[in-house]
Amino acid sequence: MNNNNDIITQLVSDDTYKYGFVSDIEHNYAPKGLNEDVIRFISSKKNEPDFMLKWRLEAYSKWLKMREPKWAKLKYPPIEYNDLYYYAEPKDYKVDADNNTISPEIIKTYDKLGISLETNENLPTSQSCIAVDAVLDSVSVATTYKKQLEDVGIIFCPISEAIQKYPELVKKYLGSVVPVTDNFFAALNSAVFSDGSFVYIPKGVRAPMELSTYFRINASATGQFERTLIIADEDSYVSYLEGCTAPIRDENQLHAAVVEIYAHRNAEVKYSTVQNWYPGDKEGRGGIYNFVTKRGLCAGNNSKISWTQVETGSSITWKYPSCILKGNNSTGEFYSVAITNNYQQADTGTKMIHIGENTRSKIISKGISAGKSSNTFRSIVAQNKNAVKSQNFSQCDSLLIGNQCAAHTFPTIKVKNEKSTVEHEATTSKISDDAIFYINQRGIKTEDAMSLIVNGYAKEVLQNLPLEFAVEAKKLLAVSLEGSIG
Amino acid sequence: MNILSIKNLKAEINNTEILHGINLEINSGEVHAIMGPNGSGKSTLASVLAGKPGYKVTEGSVTFCGENLLDMPVDMRAKLGLFLAFQYPIEIPGVSNMNFIKTALNEIRKYHNQEPIDAFDFYELVKAKADLVKIDQKFLERSVNDGFSGGEKKRNEVFQMAMLEPKLAILDETDSGLDIDALRIVSEGVNQLKNANNAYIIITHYQRLLEYIIPDFVHILYKGRIVKSGDKSLALQLEEQGYKDIYND
Repeated sequence: MNNNNDIITQLVSDDTYKYGFVSDIEHNYAPKGLNEDVIRFISSKKNEPDFMLKWRLEAYSKWLKMREPKWAKLKYPPIEYNDLYYYAEPKDYKVDADNNTISPEIIKTYDKLGISLETNENLPTSQSCIAVDAVLDSVSVATTYKKQLEDVGIIFCPISEAIQKYPELVKKYLGSVVPVTDNFFAALNSAVFSDGSFVYIPKGVRAPMELSTYFRINASATGQFERTLIIADEDSYVSYLEGCTAPIRDENQLHAAVVEIYAHRNAEVKYSTVQNWYPGDKEGRGGIYNFVTKRGLCAGNNSKISWTQVETGSSITWKYPSCILKGNNSTGEFYSVAITNNYQQADTGTKMIHIGENTRSKIISKGISAGKSSNTFRSIVAQNKNAVKSQNFSQCDSLLIGNQCAAHTFPTIKVKNEKSTVEHEATTSKISDDAIFYINQRGIKTEDAMSLIVNGYAKEVLQNLPLEFAVEAKKLLAVSLEGSIG
Repeated sequence: MNILSIKNLKAEINNTEILHGINLEINSGEVHAIMGPNGSGKSTLASVLAGKPGYKVTEGSVTFCGENLLDMPVDMRAKLGLFLAFQYPIEIPGVSNMNFIKTALNEIRKYHNQEPIDAFDFYELVKAKADLVKIDQKFLERSVNDGFSGGEKKRNEVFQMAMLEPKLAILDETDSGLDIDALRIVSEGVNQLKNANNAYIIITHYQRLLEYIIPDFVHILYKGRIVKSGDKSLALQLEEQGYKDIYND
């Protein structure tokens, strides 16, 4: 019988990962492995002030006493933390440091990824512009529209630059949302993070364009540990985008990032991610191990933080973008589409911690599992004693393609006051042969039929993405499922 | 011109033969009604022609517009102009009717080396065809069949048919679940769409639909075989005498 189950085994070749190329770039590495000297090496490479080195070394000593978390529904061989490079800097990435000229090979790399590193400081800005901080392996190689943003008081620069130029801001906010010892991977990141983006939006400023970071891994046997810190001062607004890709390799590469968002009174931050790290091949070889801690603090009253993520890549995803709703009337949102195919494993979800009064949170999660993959949604909604009149709405749906994949849902709800409400809805469905047949019968081939169904299913999340991101994400969803049904 | 030629078609599902040798010739401009009791193989015939997975053709041949239909994937049959109005249309949440039908239309146009339809032309076409089956434009913004009533789903099938203008449309019990007004609307739609270049197969239990859509031929399907063919009077005879007497003829 010509049904999903048979077709699912006829997986076609997965040469569908468009970003799997390797650029011809040489790197300067830190010595292999992890010890205090490597941390000193990274810190001195970045010309960091002493406080930062001290912070890193403390984090390292704490990390040494911590254990890798095992509660997630993920299976992978032990990670050999001493068998990888913690720092890889593209050689001669700045051809002319004074004029900020970047090497042509790097420009070419980003062109291939569809990212323009043109920095014409005379360009007028508009809502359709996107400022990019381009992080290649361990270094931010370029940041565009810096000057135009500076003109309105926005600081947008590599975090390594912020540490030197704005040490007071860094001291105040770094680790304030994700403490060093929050978890094993956050502690590791705190010790060895090499670059990432820093954003400060001053009081009353609405960012005149979208800001973004594009993370690219190129070097082999190297981990990427980036750190992003976004501070939105009172009455400010910023929409921030994050993209990431890596070459096709048989080895697994570790990526352990930390993103912290701090929102003051009346501030709003919208953070959107399209995570497209190399997912491994159809036999489960290679792919990125993606262990990420993302958290936002709605510190001030009426503040709002919204996470939207489209997770298509990585062989392992461990990621729970969360909101701490401390300010009264603050709002947290989490919109997620997580898609797994072949042997990919994702354990992802969110935490919404209600502390302030009348705080609201919304969770919309759409999991899609195909192939032999495993897709887990995990959440905590906590409404503390003082979080009276707080509200949460959660919806988590799972879509299964074929019968060799798995979907799991682990929602936890903790309500400690009697004046709050929590609503939770969940569904599990399968893409039926009948649905594919129906769409085929209208002249649409199976691949496009799948794409229609999946995009329809994920619509509620996709419509929260900025327009140009949404278009990419829709294509990506279709590509991710290629070969999952014939 | 011959549109469909079925010769000694035998088909099975789960190793059980359902069609035991069907012969049927359909020319352009003709309307054929296929009637028969439950389990006679009516829907199986529709499914086999459309290429539904799970059915296995064991013998015979089907030629559609001069091509070997049975070798073609489902979407190719549709692109060549075969349309099946489903007995139980499928719901596709999150995909608007408009987006769905536009995708289908453009896929079919692409196959015939035509440019994608211009947005304005598409809008005009939708308006005209929606009027034909008397459906509200708002209804077209909704997700495909999602939360539609039984009658709305059937009308949506006829709307899609009107949009795609197939060579051969198979209406699989489109009348079941329709009230008399909806039945009239659906029938009027079909009557306006039929012309000298296309053909229809109307699968139905009841003579009722055939009061509105006048068939040129009526075939009685019984236990996987066409046991009797005639003109529209056969349907009337069937209604009066029931199936039993006809099989015994």
